[in-house]
Amino acid sequence: MIRDERLIFEKSVAGRIGFSLPENDVPEVDLAKTFGEGVLRDSEPEIPEVSEVDVIRHYTNLSKRNYGVDSGFYPLGSCTMKYNPKINEDIAAMDGFSRMHPLQNPLSAQGSLEILYRMDKLLSEILGMERVTLQPAAGAQGEMTGLMIIKAYHISRNDEKRVKIIVPDSSHGTNPASAALAGFEVVHIPSDEKGCVDIASLETILDDTVAGLMLTNPNTLGLFEEDILKISEMVHKCGGLLYYDGANMNAIMGIARPGDMGFDIAHVNLNKTFSTPHGGGGPGSGPIGVVKELVPFLPVPIIEKRDDYYVFDYDKPLSIGKVKSFYGNFSVVLKAFCYIMMMGSEGLKSASQAAVLNANYIRKKLEDVYDIPYNRICMHEFVLSAQRQAKNGVTALDIAKNLLDEGYHPPTIYFPLIVHEALMIEPTETESPETLDAFINTMRRLAGQAETDPEKLKNAPKTTYVSRLDEVKAARTPVLRWRP
Amino acid sequence: MGTGKTLYYSKDHEWIWVDGNLAYIGITDYAQDSLGSIVYVETPKPGKAISKGQVLGVVESVKAAADVFSPISGTVLEVNDDLEDNPGLINESPYENHIAVISLDDPDELSQLMNQQQYEEYIKGV
Repeated sequence: MIRDERLIFEKSVAGRIGFSLPENDVPEVDLAKTFGEGVLRDSEPEIPEVSEVDVIRHYTNLSKRNYGVDSGFYPLGSCTMKYNPKINEDIAAMDGFSRMHPLQNPLSAQGSLEILYRMDKLLSEILGMERVTLQPAAGAQGEMTGLMIIKAYHISRNDEKRVKIIVPDSSHGTNPASAALAGFEVVHIPSDEKGCVDIASLETILDDTVAGLMLTNPNTLGLFEEDILKISEMVHKCGGLLYYDGANMNAIMGIARPGDMGFDIAHVNLNKTFSTPHGGGGPGSGPIGVVKELVPFLPVPIIEKRDDYYVFDYDKPLSIGKVKSFYGNFSVVLKAFCYIMMMGSEGLKSASQAAVLNANYIRKKLEDVYDIPYNRICMHEFVLSAQRQAKNGVTALDIAKNLLDEGYHPPTIYFPLIVHEALMIEPTETESPETLDAFINTMRRLAGQAETDPEKLKNAPKTTYVSRLDEVKAARTPVLRWRP
Repeated sequence: MGTGKTLYYSKDHEWIWVDGNLAYIGITDYAQDSLGSIVYVETPKPGKAISKGQVLGVVESVKAAADVFSPISGTVLEVNDDLEDNPGLINESPYENHIAVISLDDPDELSQLMNQQQYEEYIKGV
């Protein structure tokens, strides 16, 4: 590969053009007259002047430096990097969907509306909720939407003293962030020795100022919160609501439902659990479902079926309003719908079972060479600790960097915060035993090297496009935009 | 300040050094080691009244962002401005680089903190 670090702006040559437009054969329009003087720019846009082949090579070469779930194993805990079936893309690219306009008459968009309506029903069934909004564009926005509903619910009851949201110390960072953004005071509860919510601590916090509790189940240690029914009873007894962070839903599809655990609001990432692209391949989609009592607060519009027609219902006086332009990321919802249809209820269940089996397989095969602080049957992911290796100077970061050299995307590191030198491994259901064995062997070999030749592990990665980066400098003095 | 002087320690890994009615507050060696390379320290505004257990500041490292809780109640008198340009000072010598100085309003609160020996025992169990 030719190493060319230049940005496309730096490849620009004045006057070079990619293609020539034919002579204008329609009447000229006076733009200033049509749009008004104020909105027209008075200088040329500063875009790179490059030929078509320059553009193609630039982006093709950049794409070769990418690593995705289509390139190899991607055990990024808490992110559910499962394979994205390509049939989803084929369906979403069909003209009947991709050429829709969000403002066209709903009567001419009945097929798409039907999909949104049925998706609401499907996710409601999977989550054990009454209705689902498909609007939130990603998980964090789903959280925000859920918290706004919690707030609207309490305010509608003139119960305005509820200002606190409780989150476990093992929670996803987005939970306290969303709660703070929604104007709540965040209260952390510690985990007990089993890695679950400490019931005694919860007891001391619960009072009439608590608006709700946000919980991931299974939690970020990959462990099922076994006391969930008790927790739910306690929170409800004090008048609070229970919010389900669905980041780890991949462990329980078709097996357990947040609604049955007592949750009032349940979120799910289509861009994790339901096989739509995640991260750079997004965009995402983070629907949330609610129990019957909270349906009036859902964002508008809700899609209803009336007299054989699907319609947008904006007539929801208690609604928190819109949270996303139009109806959410429709094509993402469509891909997830396709996945659910393809899998069927038994298929979803077996996907979760395989995800749990794969995680436990890796856990058992690594438990003698790495520390596993909460070592019991896990769900779809588990957290190991490189504390033993760190005694020889090999940290979780070093192991992650060496995995890059071995051709893997590393697991999530240093999360959850309650585990020292954490490596959070989530294989997902789509990996074969051969892939899992190869990864296990690599992890075992690295553990061995940490004993015999720790220094060598400090220098990775060697085979990647760039070697180890200065993280402090990146955080302290990031270069955020190109300047000529 | 620093090792060699008498420090008080909190369960959240802050230390306090008391000089008259001034309390210098920083984070312990264990805390900086767990956090890794520190890239940013958010300090409180001088004049701010803080009660025991409230957030005094935030220490952000390449791994995580952690709240610094005030182990005692008081008013923020001054902050360590050196940390703005050089937050890594805490990694280099955590006990020489305080985050803030607050007034010691209630000396009795110190009795609820740990001494060095107790703290060393405490972190063994963390």
